Amino acid sequence: MRTNVIEFLEATARRLPGKAAVIDARGSVTFSELLDRANGIAAAIHSRTPARNQPIAVYLPRSKECLAAFAGVLLSGNAYAPLDTKSPAARLRVLLGKLEPALIITDPGHLAELSEAGVSDDCILLDDGSTAPAKLPGRRTVDTDPAYIIHTSGSTGVPKGVVVSHRGVADYIDWARQCYGVTESDTIGSQAPFHFDNSTLDIFLCFAAGATLVLIPEEHFLFPLRLVEYLAAHSVRFIFWVPSVLASVARLDILSQTELPPLAKILFAGEVMPARCLNYWRAKYPHALFSNLYGPTEITVDCTYYIVDREFRDDEPLPIGFARPNMEVLMLDDDGRPAAEGERGEILVRGSALALGYWNDAERTAAAFVQNPLNPHFPDPVYRTGDIGYRNQRGEIMFVGRRDQQIKHLGYRIELGEIEAAAMALPEIRNACVVYDPEESRIAMFYESVRPVGAGELRKQLLAKLPKYMVPALMTALPELPQNANGKVDRVKLAAAVRERLYG
Amino acid sequence: MDELIGILQEIRPEFEFRESQDFLADGMLDSLDIVTLVAALDKRYRISIRGVEIVPENFRNLETLAALLRKYGVSA
Repeated sequence: MRTNVIEFLEATARRLPGKAAVIDARGSVTFSELLDRANGIAAAIHSRTPARNQPIAVYLPRSKECLAAFAGVLLSGNAYAPLDTKSPAARLRVLLGKLEPALIITDPGHLAELSEAGVSDDCILLDDGSTAPAKLPGRRTVDTDPAYIIHTSGSTGVPKGVVVSHRGVADYIDWARQCYGVTESDTIGSQAPFHFDNSTLDIFLCFAAGATLVLIPEEHFLFPLRLVEYLAAHSVRFIFWVPSVLASVARLDILSQTELPPLAKILFAGEVMPARCLNYWRAKYPHALFSNLYGPTEITVDCTYYIVDREFRDDEPLPIGFARPNMEVLMLDDDGRPAAEGERGEILVRGSALALGYWNDAERTAAAFVQNPLNPHFPDPVYRTGDIGYRNQRGEIMFVGRRDQQIKHLGYRIELGEIEAAAMALPEIRNACVVYDPEESRIAMFYESVRPVGAGELRKQLLAKLPKYMVPALMTALPELPQNANGKVDRVKLAAAVRERLYG
Repeated sequence: MDELIGILQEIRPEFEFRESQDFLADGMLDSLDIVTLVAALDKRYRISIRGVEIVPENFRNLETLAALLRKYGVSA
Protein backbone atom coordinates (compact mmCIF):
# COMPACT_ATOMS: atom_id res chain seq x y z
CA MET A 1 0.00 0.00 0.00
CA ARG A 2 1.25 3.42 -0.96
CA THR A 3 1.36 6.12 1.68
CA ASN A 4 3.25 8.71 -0.38
CA VAL A 5 2.82 9.18 -4.13
CA ILE A 6 6.60 9.58 -4.50
CA GLU A 7 6.67 5.75 -4.32
CA PHE A 8 5.35 5.76 -7.89
CA LEU A 9 8.54 7.48 -9.04
CA GLU A 10 10.82 5.41 -6.80
CA ALA A 11 9.45 2.15 -8.23
CA THR A 12 9.76 3.36 -11.82
CA ALA A 13 13.30 4.64 -11.26
CA ARG A 14 14.23 1.10 -10.12
CA ARG A 15 12.41 -0.56 -13.01
CA LEU A 16 13.36 1.81 -15.86
CA PRO A 17 16.32 3.85 -14.59
CA GLY A 18 17.69 4.88 -17.98
CA LYS A 19 14.40 5.66 -19.72
CA ALA A 20 13.56 9.28 -20.54
CA ALA A 21 11.14 10.53 -17.89
CA VAL A 22 10.64 14.12 -18.96
CA ILE A 23 11.48 16.04 -22.11
CA ASP A 24 11.30 19.82 -22.16
CA ALA A 25 12.54 22.49 -24.56
CA ARG A 26 16.06 22.24 -23.14
CA GLY A 27 16.55 18.48 -23.10
CA SER A 28 15.55 15.35 -21.25
CA VAL A 29 16.09 13.65 -17.91
CA THR A 30 15.90 9.93 -17.09
CA PHE A 31 13.86 8.45 -14.26
CA SER A 32 16.95 7.80 -12.12
CA GLU A 33 18.33 11.29 -12.76
CA LEU A 34 14.96 12.78 -11.85
CA LEU A 35 14.85 10.87 -8.57
CA ASP A 36 18.47 11.78 -7.72
CA ARG A 37 17.69 15.40 -8.30
CA ALA A 38 14.55 15.16 -6.19
CA ASN A 39 16.61 13.64 -3.37
CA GLY A 40 19.01 16.57 -3.61
CA ILE A 41 16.12 18.99 -3.28
CA ALA A 42 14.60 17.05 -0.37
CA ALA A 43 17.97 17.17 1.42
CA ALA A 44 18.17 20.92 0.84
CA ILE A 45 14.66 21.34 2.24
CA HIS A 46 15.57 19.37 5.35
CA SER A 47 18.70 21.43 5.89
CA ARG A 48 16.57 24.57 5.92
CA THR A 49 13.37 23.68 7.73
CA PRO A 50 11.93 20.98 10.00
CA ALA A 51 8.57 21.43 8.19
CA ARG A 52 6.34 18.38 7.77
CA ASN A 53 2.99 18.40 6.01
CA GLN A 54 3.48 22.08 5.22
CA PRO A 55 3.12 23.77 1.85
CA ILE A 56 6.37 24.34 -0.01
CA ALA A 57 5.72 26.65 -2.92
CA VAL A 58 7.43 26.05 -6.25
CA TYR A 59 7.93 29.16 -8.33
CA LEU A 60 9.64 27.83 -11.42
CA PRO A 61 8.77 27.83 -15.12
CA ARG A 62 7.22 24.66 -16.55
CA SER A 63 10.28 22.42 -16.90
CA LYS A 64 11.88 19.16 -15.81
CA GLU A 65 13.51 21.12 -12.96
CA CYS A 66 10.05 22.09 -11.76
CA LEU A 67 8.97 18.43 -11.70
CA ALA A 68 12.12 17.48 -9.78
CA ALA A 69 11.18 20.17 -7.25
CA PHE A 70 7.67 18.71 -6.83
CA ALA A 71 9.18 15.26 -6.31
CA GLY A 72 11.71 16.67 -3.83
CA VAL A 73 8.94 18.31 -1.82
CA LEU A 74 7.02 15.01 -1.69
CA LEU A 75 10.20 13.19 -0.58
CA SER A 76 10.63 15.72 2.21
CA GLY A 77 7.19 14.85 3.57
CA ASN A 78 5.60 18.15 2.54
CA ALA A 79 3.00 19.29 0.01
CA TYR A 80 4.01 21.11 -3.17
CA ALA A 81 2.16 24.27 -4.13
CA PRO A 82 2.80 25.25 -7.77
CA LEU A 83 2.70 29.00 -8.36
CA ASP A 84 2.07 30.61 -11.72
CA THR A 85 5.22 32.49 -12.75
CA LYS A 86 3.03 34.69 -14.92
CA SER A 87 0.86 35.82 -12.05
CA PRO A 88 0.88 39.58 -11.34
CA ALA A 89 2.85 40.52 -8.21
CA ALA A 90 -0.28 41.78 -6.43
CA ARG A 91 -2.09 38.46 -6.80
CA LEU A 92 1.02 36.52 -5.84
CA ARG A 93 1.27 38.58 -2.65
CA VAL A 94 -2.35 37.85 -1.69
CA LEU A 95 -1.93 34.16 -2.42
CA LEU A 96 1.32 33.79 -0.46
CA GLY A 97 -0.16 35.72 2.46
CA LYS A 98 -2.79 33.04 2.82
CA LEU A 99 -0.58 30.06 1.95
CA GLU A 100 2.30 30.93 4.31
CA PRO A 101 4.66 28.39 2.71
CA ALA A 102 7.52 26.99 4.78
CA LEU A 103 9.82 27.66 1.81
CA ILE A 104 9.60 28.81 -1.79
CA ILE A 105 11.74 26.98 -4.34
CA THR A 106 12.80 29.15 -7.24
CA ASP A 107 15.72 29.84 -9.56
CA PRO A 108 17.92 32.94 -9.83
CA GLY A 109 15.89 34.23 -12.80
CA HIS A 110 12.74 34.58 -10.70
CA LEU A 111 14.12 36.06 -7.48
CA ALA A 112 13.29 39.64 -8.40
CA GLU A 113 9.61 38.83 -8.99
CA LEU A 114 9.33 37.18 -5.59
CA SER A 115 10.88 40.10 -3.77
CA GLU A 116 8.50 42.40 -5.66
CA ALA A 117 5.70 40.30 -4.19
CA GLY A 118 7.14 40.90 -0.71
CA VAL A 119 8.83 37.54 -0.10
CA SER A 120 11.77 37.72 2.30
CA ASP A 121 15.06 35.97 1.48
CA ASP A 122 14.93 33.57 4.42
CA CYS A 123 11.89 31.96 2.85
CA ILE A 124 13.64 31.19 -0.44
CA LEU A 125 15.37 27.99 -1.48
CA LEU A 126 17.42 28.45 -4.62
CA ASP A 127 17.35 25.42 -6.90
CA ASP A 128 21.05 25.05 -7.72
CA GLY A 129 20.72 21.81 -9.69
CA SER A 130 22.38 19.78 -6.92
CA THR A 131 21.79 16.03 -7.09
CA ALA A 132 23.84 15.14 -4.03
CA PRO A 133 21.90 12.17 -2.62
CA ALA A 134 22.39 13.35 0.95
CA LYS A 135 21.08 11.12 3.69
CA LEU A 136 17.45 11.94 4.27
CA PRO A 137 15.82 11.62 7.63
CA GLY A 138 13.30 8.78 7.50
CA ARG A 139 10.00 10.08 6.22
CA ARG A 140 6.69 9.04 7.58
CA THR A 141 3.63 9.96 5.64
CA VAL A 142 0.15 8.58 6.04
CA ASP A 143 -2.00 8.47 2.95
CA THR A 144 -4.33 11.18 4.19
CA ASP A 145 -1.45 13.68 4.40
CA PRO A 146 -1.40 16.48 1.82
CA ALA A 147 0.46 15.90 -1.46
CA TYR A 148 -0.23 19.20 -3.20
CA ILE A 149 -2.07 22.48 -2.87
CA ILE A 150 -3.52 24.03 -6.01
CA HIS A 151 -5.29 27.38 -6.06
CA THR A 152 -8.65 28.16 -7.57
CA SER A 153 -10.45 31.43 -8.01
CA GLY A 154 -12.46 32.67 -5.02
CA SER A 155 -15.47 34.98 -5.27
CA THR A 156 -14.19 37.34 -2.58
CA GLY A 157 -10.97 37.99 -4.48
CA VAL A 158 -8.77 35.67 -2.40
CA PRO A 159 -7.86 32.45 -4.24
CA LYS A 160 -8.55 29.22 -2.35
CA GLY A 161 -5.75 26.69 -1.81
CA VAL A 162 -7.23 23.22 -2.36
CA VAL A 163 -5.36 20.61 -0.29
CA VAL A 164 -5.25 17.19 -2.00
CA SER A 165 -4.07 14.04 -0.23
CA HIS A 166 -1.64 11.30 -1.27
CA ARG A 167 -4.54 8.88 -1.19
CA GLY A 168 -6.58 11.04 -3.56
CA VAL A 169 -3.76 11.12 -6.10
CA ALA A 170 -2.84 7.42 -5.71
CA ASP A 171 -6.42 6.24 -6.23
CA TYR A 172 -6.85 8.53 -9.21
CA ILE A 173 -3.65 7.43 -10.89
CA ASP A 174 -4.16 3.70 -10.24
CA TRP A 175 -7.58 3.99 -11.83
CA ALA A 176 -6.49 6.11 -14.83
CA ARG A 177 -3.52 3.88 -15.56
CA GLN A 178 -5.75 0.83 -15.70
CA CYS A 179 -8.77 2.42 -17.38
CA TYR A 180 -6.74 3.98 -20.21
CA GLY A 181 -4.12 1.21 -20.36
CA VAL A 182 -1.17 3.55 -19.91
CA THR A 183 2.28 1.93 -20.04
CA GLU A 184 5.86 2.96 -20.60
CA SER A 185 5.25 2.75 -24.34
CA ASP A 186 2.94 5.77 -24.15
CA THR A 187 4.36 9.22 -24.67
CA ILE A 188 2.29 11.91 -22.97
CA GLY A 189 2.02 15.37 -24.55
CA SER A 190 1.44 17.67 -21.60
CA GLN A 191 -0.58 20.85 -22.05
CA ALA A 192 -1.80 21.75 -18.56
CA PRO A 193 0.20 24.38 -16.68
CA PHE A 194 1.37 22.93 -13.36
CA HIS A 195 -0.74 25.39 -11.34
CA PHE A 196 -3.79 23.80 -12.99
CA ASP A 197 -4.81 20.43 -11.51
CA ASN A 198 -5.15 18.64 -14.88
CA SER A 199 -1.34 18.46 -14.72
CA THR A 200 -1.68 15.87 -11.93
CA LEU A 201 -2.67 13.18 -14.44
CA ASP A 202 0.24 13.95 -16.78
CA ILE A 203 2.82 14.05 -13.99
CA PHE A 204 1.80 10.97 -12.03
CA LEU A 205 1.03 8.78 -15.04
CA CYS A 206 4.61 9.50 -16.06
CA PHE A 207 5.88 8.64 -12.56
CA ALA A 208 3.66 5.55 -12.15
CA ALA A 209 3.57 3.97 -15.61
CA GLY A 210 7.01 5.01 -16.82
CA ALA A 211 5.47 6.91 -19.72
CA THR A 212 7.68 9.70 -21.06
CA LEU A 213 6.24 13.14 -20.35
CA VAL A 214 6.78 15.72 -23.09
CA LEU A 215 6.30 19.26 -21.81
CA ILE A 216 5.06 21.00 -24.91
CA PRO A 217 6.67 24.45 -25.06
CA GLU A 218 4.07 27.08 -24.37
CA GLU A 219 4.68 29.00 -27.59
CA HIS A 220 3.37 26.04 -29.58
CA PHE A 221 -0.09 26.66 -28.14
CA LEU A 222 -0.02 30.02 -29.93
CA PHE A 223 0.16 28.26 -33.27
CA PRO A 224 -1.96 25.11 -33.70
CA LEU A 225 0.01 23.98 -36.77
CA ARG A 226 3.27 24.04 -34.80
CA LEU A 227 1.53 22.23 -31.95
CA VAL A 228 0.44 19.33 -34.14
CA GLU A 229 3.86 19.17 -35.84
CA TYR A 230 5.45 19.00 -32.40
CA LEU A 231 3.21 16.09 -31.37
CA ALA A 232 4.18 14.24 -34.55
CA ALA A 233 7.90 14.93 -34.04
CA HIS A 234 7.72 13.45 -30.52
CA SER A 235 5.40 10.54 -31.45
CA VAL A 236 2.92 11.59 -28.77
CA ARG A 237 0.24 8.94 -28.16
CA PHE A 238 -1.63 10.26 -25.13
CA ILE A 239 -3.02 13.73 -24.47
CA PHE A 240 -5.19 15.16 -21.71
CA TRP A 241 -6.07 18.69 -22.78
CA VAL A 242 -8.66 21.37 -22.23
CA PRO A 243 -11.25 21.39 -25.03
CA SER A 244 -10.33 24.92 -26.13
CA VAL A 245 -6.92 23.72 -27.30
CA LEU A 246 -8.48 20.82 -29.22
CA ALA A 247 -10.95 23.33 -30.66
CA SER A 248 -8.17 25.66 -31.84
CA VAL A 249 -6.82 22.79 -33.96
CA ALA A 250 -10.31 21.92 -35.25
CA ARG A 251 -11.25 25.52 -36.06
CA LEU A 252 -8.29 25.89 -38.43
CA ASP A 253 -8.63 22.33 -39.76
CA ILE A 254 -4.96 21.75 -38.99
CA LEU A 255 -5.23 17.94 -39.07
CA SER A 256 -5.92 18.03 -42.82
CA GLN A 257 -2.86 20.15 -43.48
CA THR A 258 0.01 18.26 -41.89
CA GLU A 259 1.24 14.81 -40.88
CA LEU A 260 -1.06 13.21 -38.29
CA PRO A 261 0.64 12.47 -34.95
CA PRO A 262 0.20 8.84 -33.75
CA LEU A 263 -2.39 9.76 -31.11
CA ALA A 264 -4.20 6.78 -29.57
CA LYS A 265 -5.77 8.24 -26.41
CA ILE A 266 -7.37 11.66 -26.41
CA LEU A 267 -8.75 12.83 -23.07
CA PHE A 268 -10.27 16.16 -22.23
CA ALA A 269 -11.67 17.99 -19.21
CA GLY A 270 -11.79 21.43 -17.70
CA GLU A 271 -14.67 22.88 -19.66
CA VAL A 272 -17.54 21.75 -21.86
CA MET A 273 -16.37 19.89 -24.97
CA PRO A 274 -18.53 20.81 -27.97
CA ALA A 275 -19.61 17.69 -29.90
CA ARG A 276 -18.73 19.50 -33.13
CA CYS A 277 -15.07 19.59 -32.04
CA LEU A 278 -15.16 15.95 -30.90
CA ASN A 279 -16.62 14.91 -34.27
CA TYR A 280 -13.82 16.69 -36.12
CA TRP A 281 -11.17 14.83 -34.11
CA ARG A 282 -12.97 11.47 -34.33
CA ALA A 283 -13.14 11.72 -38.12
CA LYS A 284 -9.34 12.10 -38.18
CA TYR A 285 -8.75 9.43 -35.51
CA PRO A 286 -11.45 6.79 -36.00
CA HIS A 287 -9.54 4.22 -33.91
CA ALA A 288 -8.45 6.41 -31.00
CA LEU A 289 -10.00 6.33 -27.53
CA PHE A 290 -11.78 9.58 -26.64
CA SER A 291 -12.78 10.34 -23.08
CA ASN A 292 -14.60 13.24 -21.45
CA LEU A 293 -13.75 13.74 -17.78
CA TYR A 294 -15.26 15.96 -15.13
CA GLY A 295 -14.28 17.16 -11.72
CA PRO A 296 -13.50 20.32 -9.79
CA THR A 297 -10.06 20.83 -8.22
CA GLU A 298 -11.59 19.80 -4.87
CA ILE A 299 -11.98 16.20 -6.13
CA THR A 300 -8.45 15.26 -7.20
CA VAL A 301 -8.84 16.28 -10.83
CA ASP A 302 -11.76 14.10 -12.02
CA CYS A 303 -14.56 12.16 -10.37
CA THR A 304 -16.52 11.09 -13.45
CA TYR A 305 -15.46 9.88 -16.87
CA TYR A 306 -17.14 8.98 -20.12
CA ILE A 307 -15.49 6.94 -22.85
CA VAL A 308 -17.02 7.96 -26.16
CA ASP A 309 -18.93 4.91 -27.42
CA ARG A 310 -21.42 6.30 -29.91
CA GLU A 311 -22.08 9.04 -32.43
CA PHE A 312 -23.18 12.53 -31.39
CA ARG A 313 -24.84 15.23 -33.44
CA ASP A 314 -22.81 18.46 -33.58
CA ASP A 315 -25.26 20.21 -31.27
CA GLU A 316 -25.73 17.37 -28.77
CA PRO A 317 -24.26 17.64 -25.25
CA LEU A 318 -21.69 15.01 -24.27
CA PRO A 319 -22.18 13.04 -21.05
CA ILE A 320 -19.65 13.42 -18.26
CA GLY A 321 -20.39 9.75 -17.68
CA PHE A 322 -20.05 7.73 -14.53
CA ALA A 323 -18.33 8.03 -11.18
CA ARG A 324 -14.93 6.36 -11.14
CA PRO A 325 -14.20 3.59 -8.61
CA ASN A 326 -14.27 4.54 -4.93
CA MET A 327 -16.30 7.63 -5.78
CA GLU A 328 -20.01 8.34 -5.67
CA VAL A 329 -21.96 11.15 -7.27
CA LEU A 330 -25.16 12.24 -5.53
CA MET A 331 -27.63 14.37 -7.41
CA LEU A 332 -29.87 16.24 -5.00
CA ASP A 333 -32.87 18.43 -5.75
CA ASP A 334 -33.61 21.74 -3.98
CA ASP A 335 -35.15 19.87 -1.05
CA GLY A 336 -32.05 17.75 -0.57
CA ARG A 337 -33.67 14.58 -1.93
CA PRO A 338 -32.14 12.39 -4.63
CA ALA A 339 -33.26 13.68 -8.04
CA ALA A 340 -35.20 11.26 -10.23
CA GLU A 341 -33.88 10.17 -13.62
CA GLY A 342 -33.94 13.11 -15.99
CA GLU A 343 -34.53 15.58 -13.15
CA ARG A 344 -31.94 18.24 -12.41
CA GLY A 345 -30.07 18.42 -9.15
CA GLU A 346 -26.87 19.71 -7.60
CA ILE A 347 -23.89 17.40 -8.07
CA LEU A 348 -22.42 16.29 -4.73
CA VAL A 349 -19.44 13.97 -4.56
CA ARG A 350 -18.09 11.61 -1.93
CA GLY A 351 -15.20 9.17 -1.89
CA SER A 352 -11.44 8.86 -1.70
CA ALA A 353 -10.73 11.71 -4.07
CA LEU A 354 -12.23 14.43 -1.91
CA ALA A 355 -9.75 17.16 -1.08
CA LEU A 356 -8.90 17.66 2.58
CA GLY A 357 -10.26 21.22 2.40
CA TYR A 358 -8.96 24.73 1.77
CA TRP A 359 -5.63 25.64 3.28
CA ASN A 360 -5.91 28.06 6.22
CA ASP A 361 -9.61 28.53 5.60
CA ALA A 362 -11.85 26.63 7.99
CA GLU A 363 -14.87 28.73 7.11
CA ARG A 364 -14.91 28.12 3.37
CA THR A 365 -13.95 24.48 3.97
CA ALA A 366 -16.95 23.98 6.23
CA ALA A 367 -19.25 25.58 3.65
CA ALA A 368 -18.11 23.39 0.76
CA PHE A 369 -17.32 20.06 2.45
CA VAL A 370 -20.46 19.06 4.33
CA GLN A 371 -21.88 15.97 6.00
CA ASN A 372 -23.65 13.67 3.53
CA PRO A 373 -27.28 14.73 3.97
CA LEU A 374 -28.41 11.16 3.26
CA ASN A 375 -26.26 9.63 6.01
CA PRO A 376 -27.01 10.51 9.65
CA HIS A 377 -24.94 7.62 11.06
CA PHE A 378 -21.23 8.43 10.81
CA PRO A 379 -18.93 11.23 9.57
CA ASP A 380 -19.21 11.15 5.78
CA PRO A 381 -18.00 14.30 4.02
CA VAL A 382 -19.35 15.24 0.60
CA TYR A 383 -18.23 18.11 -1.60
CA ARG A 384 -20.91 20.41 -2.94
CA THR A 385 -19.75 21.22 -6.46
CA GLY A 386 -22.27 23.97 -7.12
CA ASP A 387 -22.74 22.30 -10.53
CA ILE A 388 -26.14 21.25 -11.81
CA GLY A 389 -26.60 17.95 -13.64
CA TYR A 390 -29.00 15.12 -14.33
CA ARG A 391 -28.91 11.45 -15.22
CA ASN A 392 -30.07 10.49 -18.69
CA GLN A 393 -31.91 7.28 -19.60
CA ARG A 394 -28.64 5.42 -19.95
CA GLY A 395 -27.72 6.38 -16.38
CA GLU A 396 -24.98 8.71 -17.62
CA ILE A 397 -24.47 11.98 -15.80
CA MET A 398 -25.03 15.09 -17.90
CA PHE A 399 -23.56 18.45 -16.90
CA VAL A 400 -25.91 21.41 -17.20
CA GLY A 401 -24.13 24.42 -15.71
CA ARG A 402 -23.37 26.35 -12.54
CA ARG A 403 -25.62 27.47 -9.73
CA ASP A 404 -23.65 30.67 -9.18
CA GLN A 405 -21.47 33.17 -10.95
CA GLN A 406 -18.67 30.75 -11.63
CA ILE A 407 -17.53 29.87 -15.14
CA LYS A 408 -15.02 27.66 -16.88
CA HIS A 409 -12.93 29.63 -19.33
CA LEU A 410 -9.96 28.11 -21.17
CA GLY A 411 -9.96 25.35 -18.55
CA TYR A 412 -9.74 27.75 -15.63
CA ARG A 413 -12.48 27.98 -13.07
CA ILE A 414 -13.22 31.63 -12.61
CA GLU A 415 -15.50 33.44 -10.20
CA LEU A 416 -16.91 36.38 -12.12
CA GLY A 417 -17.17 38.03 -8.69
CA GLU A 418 -13.38 38.01 -8.37
CA ILE A 419 -13.08 40.02 -11.59
CA GLU A 420 -15.79 42.41 -10.42
CA ALA A 421 -14.03 42.86 -7.07
CA ALA A 422 -10.75 43.66 -8.87
CA ALA A 423 -12.48 46.15 -11.19
CA MET A 424 -14.36 47.89 -8.42
CA ALA A 425 -11.14 48.31 -6.47
CA LEU A 426 -9.88 50.60 -9.27
CA PRO A 427 -10.36 54.29 -8.42
CA GLU A 428 -12.13 55.07 -11.72
CA ILE A 429 -14.80 52.38 -11.41
CA ARG A 430 -18.00 52.97 -9.52
CA ASN A 431 -19.78 49.76 -10.42
CA ALA A 432 -19.02 46.77 -12.59
CA CYS A 433 -20.78 43.66 -13.78
CA VAL A 434 -18.97 40.81 -15.49
CA VAL A 435 -20.77 38.25 -17.64
CA TYR A 436 -19.63 35.35 -19.78
CA ASP A 437 -20.47 34.54 -23.36
CA PRO A 438 -19.88 30.78 -23.67
CA GLU A 439 -20.50 30.73 -27.40
CA GLU A 440 -17.58 33.00 -28.19
CA SER A 441 -15.63 32.01 -25.05
CA ARG A 442 -15.24 35.59 -23.91
CA ILE A 443 -15.62 37.49 -20.68
CA ALA A 444 -17.41 40.82 -20.95
CA MET A 445 -17.48 43.64 -18.42
CA PHE A 446 -19.94 46.53 -18.15
CA TYR A 447 -19.02 49.40 -15.87
CA GLU A 448 -19.94 52.80 -14.56
CA SER A 449 -16.97 55.10 -14.13
CA VAL A 450 -16.41 58.24 -12.08
CA ARG A 451 -14.58 59.84 -15.01
CA PRO A 452 -14.25 58.80 -18.65
CA VAL A 453 -11.75 55.95 -18.89
CA GLY A 454 -10.95 53.87 -21.98
CA ALA A 455 -11.02 50.09 -22.27
CA GLY A 456 -7.28 50.09 -23.02
CA GLU A 457 -6.43 51.89 -19.79
CA LEU A 458 -8.73 49.62 -17.73
CA ARG A 459 -7.27 46.55 -19.34
CA LYS A 460 -3.79 47.68 -18.41
CA GLN A 461 -4.80 48.21 -14.79
CA LEU A 462 -6.61 44.86 -14.56
CA LEU A 463 -3.63 43.04 -16.05
CA ALA A 464 -1.64 44.21 -13.04
CA LYS A 465 -4.11 42.57 -10.67
CA LEU A 466 -5.50 39.52 -12.42
CA PRO A 467 -4.11 36.66 -14.51
CA LYS A 468 -4.44 37.30 -18.21
CA TYR A 469 -7.20 34.75 -18.73
CA MET A 470 -9.43 36.59 -16.24
CA VAL A 471 -9.19 40.01 -17.88
CA PRO A 472 -12.39 40.71 -19.86
CA ALA A 473 -12.04 40.70 -23.64
CA LEU A 474 -14.87 43.17 -23.96
CA MET A 475 -15.30 46.27 -21.78
CA THR A 476 -18.17 48.64 -22.20
CA ALA A 477 -18.88 51.82 -20.24
CA LEU A 478 -22.55 52.49 -19.46
CA PRO A 479 -23.97 55.62 -17.81
CA GLU A 480 -25.78 53.28 -15.45
CA LEU A 481 -25.90 49.49 -15.15
CA PRO A 482 -29.41 48.11 -15.73
CA GLN A 483 -31.25 46.81 -12.66
CA ASN A 484 -33.71 43.96 -12.30
CA ALA A 485 -36.88 43.94 -10.23
CA ASN A 486 -34.90 43.16 -7.06
CA GLY A 487 -32.75 46.23 -7.58
CA LYS A 488 -29.74 44.07 -8.40
CA VAL A 489 -27.63 44.55 -11.48
CA ASP A 490 -29.50 42.78 -14.27
CA ARG A 491 -27.00 40.13 -15.28
CA VAL A 492 -29.47 38.34 -17.47
CA LYS A 493 -30.05 41.43 -19.56
CA LEU A 494 -26.33 42.18 -19.87
CA ALA A 495 -25.52 38.57 -20.78
CA ALA A 496 -28.20 38.70 -23.47
CA ALA A 497 -26.75 41.95 -24.81
CA VAL A 498 -23.37 40.26 -25.21
CA ARG A 499 -24.87 37.21 -26.90
CA GLU A 500 -26.83 39.34 -29.31
CA ARG A 501 -23.71 41.32 -30.21
CA LEU A 502 -25.21 44.61 -29.11
CA TYR A 503 -21.67 45.48 -28.06
CA GLY A 504 -18.22 44.65 -29.37
CA MET B 1 0.72 50.58 -40.57
CA ASP B 2 -0.88 52.89 -38.02
CA GLU B 3 -4.09 50.94 -38.27
CA LEU B 4 -2.27 47.66 -37.62
CA ILE B 5 -0.58 49.19 -34.58
CA GLY B 6 -3.99 50.39 -33.42
CA ILE B 7 -5.39 46.85 -33.65
CA LEU B 8 -2.41 45.45 -31.73
CA GLN B 9 -2.69 48.11 -29.07
CA GLU B 10 -6.37 47.39 -28.54
CA ILE B 11 -5.23 43.88 -27.59
CA ARG B 12 -2.15 44.76 -25.54
CA PRO B 13 -2.27 48.46 -24.63
CA GLU B 14 0.77 48.20 -22.41
CA PHE B 15 3.25 47.57 -25.24
CA GLU B 16 4.89 49.77 -27.84
CA PHE B 17 4.68 47.51 -30.90
CA ARG B 18 6.70 49.87 -33.10
CA GLU B 19 9.79 49.22 -31.01
CA SER B 20 9.85 45.42 -31.13
CA GLN B 21 11.31 43.23 -33.84
CA ASP B 22 10.00 40.06 -32.22
CA PHE B 23 6.65 40.27 -30.44
CA LEU B 24 6.85 36.61 -29.41
CA ALA B 25 10.36 36.62 -27.98
CA ASP B 26 9.55 39.88 -26.19
CA GLY B 27 6.51 38.24 -24.62
CA MET B 28 4.10 40.78 -26.08
CA LEU B 29 1.58 38.29 -27.51
CA ASP B 30 0.31 35.08 -25.96
CA SER B 31 -2.05 32.43 -27.30
CA LEU B 32 -5.17 34.37 -26.41
CA ASP B 33 -3.75 37.42 -28.13
CA ILE B 34 -2.98 35.53 -31.33
CA VAL B 35 -6.54 34.22 -31.49
CA THR B 36 -7.89 37.70 -30.77
CA LEU B 37 -5.56 39.26 -33.32
CA VAL B 38 -6.47 36.81 -36.09
CA ALA B 39 -10.17 37.40 -35.38
CA ALA B 40 -9.65 41.19 -35.39
CA LEU B 41 -7.70 41.11 -38.68
CA ASP B 42 -10.28 38.82 -40.29
CA LYS B 43 -13.07 41.14 -39.24
CA ARG B 44 -11.36 44.43 -40.04
CA TYR B 45 -10.16 43.43 -43.52
CA ARG B 46 -12.93 40.96 -44.35
CA ILE B 47 -10.44 38.17 -44.95
CA SER B 48 -10.04 34.67 -43.56
CA ILE B 49 -6.46 33.91 -42.54
CA ARG B 50 -5.75 30.22 -43.13
CA GLY B 51 -4.53 27.85 -40.42
CA VAL B 52 -1.25 27.14 -42.15
CA GLU B 53 -0.48 30.87 -42.16
CA ILE B 54 -0.87 31.09 -38.38
CA VAL B 55 2.77 30.36 -37.66
CA PRO B 56 5.36 32.32 -35.66
CA GLU B 57 7.15 33.60 -38.78
CA ASN B 58 4.10 35.67 -39.71
CA PHE B 59 3.58 37.16 -36.26
CA ARG B 60 7.08 38.35 -35.38
CA ASN B 61 6.72 42.07 -36.04
CA LEU B 62 4.88 44.76 -37.95
CA GLU B 63 6.66 43.95 -41.23
CA THR B 64 5.87 40.22 -41.18
CA LEU B 65 2.25 40.95 -40.26
CA ALA B 66 1.98 43.48 -43.10
CA ALA B 67 3.49 40.90 -45.47
CA LEU B 68 0.91 38.34 -44.35
CA LEU B 69 -1.92 40.80 -44.98
CA ARG B 70 -0.52 41.60 -48.45
CA LYS B 71 -1.02 37.94 -49.37
CA TYR B 72 -4.72 38.59 -48.85
CA GLY B 73 -4.60 41.76 -50.90
CA VAL B 74 -4.57 44.10 -47.92
CA SER B 75 -2.08 46.92 -47.70
CA ALA B 76 -1.82 47.80 -44.04
